[in-house]
Amino acid sequence: MKYVLMFVETQEFAQELEAMGELEREAAYAAVGKWFADHADKITHQAHLAPVHTATTVRLDQGDPVVTDGPFVEGKEVVSGFAEVEVADLDEALRMARGWPACPIVEIRPVR
Amino acid sequence: MSGGTEASRDALARVVREHAGRLAASLVPLLGDFAAAEDLVQDAVETALRRWPADGIPERPDAWLFTVARRRGLDVLRRESNHRAKLACLRPPEPGPHDDRLRLIFTCCHPALSPEARIALTLRVVCGLSTAQIAAAFVVPEATVAQRITRAKRKIGEAGIPYRMPGEEELSERLDGVLAVVYLLFNEGYLSSTPERTQARDLVDDAEWLAALLVNLMPREPEAAGLLALVRLHRARAAARFDRAGRLVLLADQDRSLWDRPAIAEATALLMRAARAHHRPGPYQVQAAIVACHAEAESFEATDWAQILVLYDLLLRLAPSPVTRLHRAVALRHVRGPEAALAELAGLALERYALFHATRAELLRALGRHDEARRSDERALALTANPAQQALLVERLDWPS
Repeated sequence: MKYVLMFVETQEFAQELEAMGELEREAAYAAVGKWFADHADKITHQAHLAPVHTATTVRLDQGDPVVTDGPFVEGKEVVSGFAEVEVADLDEALRMARGWPACPIVEIRPVR
Repeated sequence: MSGGTEASRDALARVVREHAGRLAASLVPLLGDFAAAEDLVQDAVETALRRWPADGIPERPDAWLFTVARRRGLDVLRRESNHRAKLACLRPPEPGPHDDRLRLIFTCCHPALSPEARIALTLRVVCGLSTAQIAAAFVVPEATVAQRITRAKRKIGEAGIPYRMPGEEELSERLDGVLAVVYLLFNEGYLSSTPERTQARDLVDDAEWLAALLVNLMPREPEAAGLLALVRLHRARAAARFDRAGRLVLLADQDRSLWDRPAIAEATALLMRAARAHHRPGPYQVQAAIVACHAEAESFEATDWAQILVLYDLLLRLAPSPVTRLHRAVALRHVRGPEAALAELAGLALERYALFHATRAELLRALGRHDEARRSDERALALTANPAQQALLVERLDWPS
């Protein structure tokens, strides 16, 4: 089955990352790189999104399309990237998510 | 209703429970469709509940349920030729020891399902309860339970929750999840049981049955045995929990001659066997050991509180929780006095928990601080919805200070 793993950042996590020294941050990025390498055979697509201040939202449910600055929900948790994976079942996707070394929340959704 | 009808109702529930899960366990992998297989089993169960009271329980209930489910499947799955073909070549069940229900249990208790859904699904799929029986046991509308189950089954299919045992590396965590469902079921049944509610399904009985099934299917897991011992130790003392007027009786005031001593000895022996064979203590084994300490005491005064305190310390190391610290404080009171126990309660974040305030009230009363005790009892009363607990607190508030 195909799933998308959505990586969700929290404010605390962003601040922690911000506060890291050069070496520490490099180690954090290396852990993420290793995760992608370890699961390379299952990952069919991946994307890391630019920070949330770059987001623009278009709303189509209010007559004319309305364009606004910012993400679709203003909140402390924002999607920062995703990976599409091809695995046997939810348990395998869960195993991958459990080992995710970066941001503190991962949402898993099957792809139709 | 006559006693005979009562007895046959219980017998019926037992027979259905013994066979419904097995039938589901054989149909799910065959059809490769959890929801479709479960629908067929539920249909057969409901037919049995309608027909058996009048026709009598058939000699081979498993074969009977199988035949009804198969016939129904061939009928309703007309368009799904794939499923029909599989059903058509299915053989009736062989009586025998083969038991495939573990996969069923682990799927029903999957962490990707909501806790309410896990309980409802386990009762329906593993224990063979009808939706109406589950609704009655939890005092919620039948439509709520039906929706919960439908959603859970859809999620199993659409989210790809697998129908298999968890891998070695996940097994211990997933088993904890399964045991938690059984424990919640037990608690729900135990705490909501009152003498007036005897007409409702006895969830404690289902919890014991599930725990025993797990012990049977996973003989190398001492926590399953610990949970079974815990349930049995509570049940062995059930006769003393209420007085003739249906009021809850506290442990200190219970008539211990009503306790089932042989059952207590048997449950304690089960616990000891599991502990000695595996040397892997866990929260259920320790909780059962604490209850065994209480159950083995000849009188409330003879309770070995020092031993109970040691066990609570162990339990806190294995599974730290404010509720456990509250219970530990009660043991501490009997070892070192109410002052020490009250100090223990100080830092606990249990403001919304009725038992916290009731315990606090008791300690304050023991220290002669009656006004504060009264206020704590009032808070406890405001926080509990359980009629038996309410009655006890009201009675206490009526005491002259």
